[in-house]
Amino acid sequence: MPLSTQSQGDDEQYVLVASLDNARNLSNILKAITFKDHAIFTATTNGLKVTVEDSKCLQANAFIQAEIFQEFTIREDLVAFQINLTVLLDCLNIFGGTTTPGVSTALRMCYRGYGYPLTLFLEEGGVVTVCKINTQEPEEPIDFEFCSTNVTNKVILQSESLKEAFSELDMTSEVLQITMSPSQPYFRLSTFGNAGNAHYDYSKDSDMMELFKCTETQTNRYKMSLLKPSTKALALSCKVSVRTDNRGFLSLQYLVRNDDGQICFVEYYCCPDEEVEEN
Amino acid sequence: MHCIVTGGNVKVLAKAVHSLSRIGDELYVEPQEDGLALRSVNSSRSAYACFLFAPLFFSRYSTTSGDNFRCKMAIKSVQSVFRSLTTLEKTVEKCHIDLDKQKDRLTFTLHCKHGLLKTHNLSFQDSESLQAVFDKDSYANVFKAQPRLLVDTVIHFPPSLEEVTVSVSDERMWVRNHVEEEAEASKAMLTELCLASDEFDHFAAQVHNSVTFCLKELRGLLVFAESTGLPVSMYLDEPGSPVVLSVMDSVLEGNFVLATLSDDPSLRKNSSKGAHTAAPPPPDDFMNDDMDSYLIAMDTSIAPGPSNTGPPPPSLADDTRSKRPAAVSHKARILIEEAEEEEETDDLDRLPNKKFRSLFFGSVLPPSSQLSTQPMTSQEVLASDSEEET
Repeated sequence: MPLSTQSQGDDEQYVLVASLDNARNLSNILKAITFKDHAIFTATTNGLKVTVEDSKCLQANAFIQAEIFQEFTIREDLVAFQINLTVLLDCLNIFGGTTTPGVSTALRMCYRGYGYPLTLFLEEGGVVTVCKINTQEPEEPIDFEFCSTNVTNKVILQSESLKEAFSELDMTSEVLQITMSPSQPYFRLSTFGNAGNAHYDYSKDSDMMELFKCTETQTNRYKMSLLKPSTKALALSCKVSVRTDNRGFLSLQYLVRNDDGQICFVEYYCCPDEEVEEN
Repeated sequence: MHCIVTGGNVKVLAKAVHSLSRIGDELYVEPQEDGLALRSVNSSRSAYACFLFAPLFFSRYSTTSGDNFRCKMAIKSVQSVFRSLTTLEKTVEKCHIDLDKQKDRLTFTLHCKHGLLKTHNLSFQDSESLQAVFDKDSYANVFKAQPRLLVDTVIHFPPSLEEVTVSVSDERMWVRNHVEEEAEASKAMLTELCLASDEFDHFAAQVHNSVTFCLKELRGLLVFAESTGLPVSMYLDEPGSPVVLSVMDSVLEGNFVLATLSDDPSLRKNSSKGAHTAAPPPPDDFMNDDMDSYLIAMDTSIAPGPSNTGPPPPSLADDTRSKRPAAVSHKARILIEEAEEEEETDDLDRLPNKKFRSLFFGSVLPPSSQLSTQPMTSQEVLASDSEEET
């Protein structure tokens, strides 16, 4: 295969080399978090994490484990850089993003280290394209300090039903209110728009509800504009876990299956909008 | 008011709302003894539609008797409750509609599969009565057709087309696009279809009339009729008199009342009012390839023709001497039950118009369930035409 033979000898100079037979296994998942131009790439021996943030209130992470890659070599404990995500996606789809079965774009991603561009070797049908994208100093991703021990309420839903609700959400509402409770209404999404308010209630006994662990009644509001991008991740996923902690911070975790049926994760963290005075 | 719609009827209700949205921006809701009435009217009052759902349409229908409650709300809000028709069909098991008078909220609760409950609390405004006055029994021409026939007919006209002219004779109905007098004959494209009486389920043309009305507003009804498979009945009278299209089955009745262009003698090329001197419409078999005669026919038939037996309504003939191309100004305003003498255009507070109005009021004693029980006595003032949008 042209890509693997190309720079065998140069591999020592790269701190990170990652290869995929199907570049879509990376590009599809990145689309789920592309709501801002810039992303922070963090690579460890576990794999790749791509982070996008908005207004210091929202953070989206896409995890692609090392096992997903056909080749994943990292020479340092941690490799991090910031890159223009839109440009990266354009490069990954440089062959037009065809979905013809059997035809896929192969990818080899190489990074020499601090100050060097990210080099992409893309091949399809014998044609090779080399892209070099400049990298920047990585910003420190926000630590939302969201830990499992502080989680008060958690549900896991099949994405199918949540997709329906999200597609119908009243966009004239500035906030999306999420109520989780051990009693009625169990799990409720509410909007307050121009026409009036709307509630989507999921019963804890619903067959869409895979897990229901709510310890206390909590109602939190989140800016609709911040959560809207998560619809993309929802569309790709088959399951979603919704958790809130004692501060009302929201964690949405999406289980995404790629083209080859392998599992990747996307998560969104969101700060609550304000204190809710009354329900 | 509290009612429950189950199963496939939820989709029918949703479709009715969507088709009403093609008429106006607001939905008027009125729970009546004989069922739930949903109405809409356009801003120029030239199109009105009403769906009446009988109590049997619902699995449960209860209203507080003697309670003359009416409200209106933005139709978009109600459409958002029934956004995706395919999803409705697949997942909604039943729909509860409840009225909360204290909070001024109309609540739609959709019970869906998988334990999902969707609740929409819509705010509404109190509204006055909205009823068009018409008597289908008094119409000279009555037709009934499967929706497919009409859908296949209108498909030949571009979506942007404003008005169509429908002409009837004993055995035929012609449908053609209405071309303004000001438009150049060489630049205008004329499309005309001819339907034979045997294509209809019922065809009774007592008076050979030709009426022009707005097609856009009609399409909403056709979509509804086609999806529910209900035949469409059409009631035509002389120009100026509204055309009524309706669908009906045992549990619902939908009526679309569209104003038609009135006859204006000053606009017509021929001077005589009663006699018909315009060339007949081209033969429907297109055997005659003579383009000249075709163009002549088109030219003189621009004014509502081919025949016009009755005298035009006196008032509107006087009113429509203006040459404004806007069809609305020519159209007979649909007789909406409202005392709006003061609000109407200056033309209408003349005597002839009141005669016109009484022409309608006098003969109407509605046997049909469509009209409310006291149309004459309780004339409520409706909002003025220049509706203040909230």
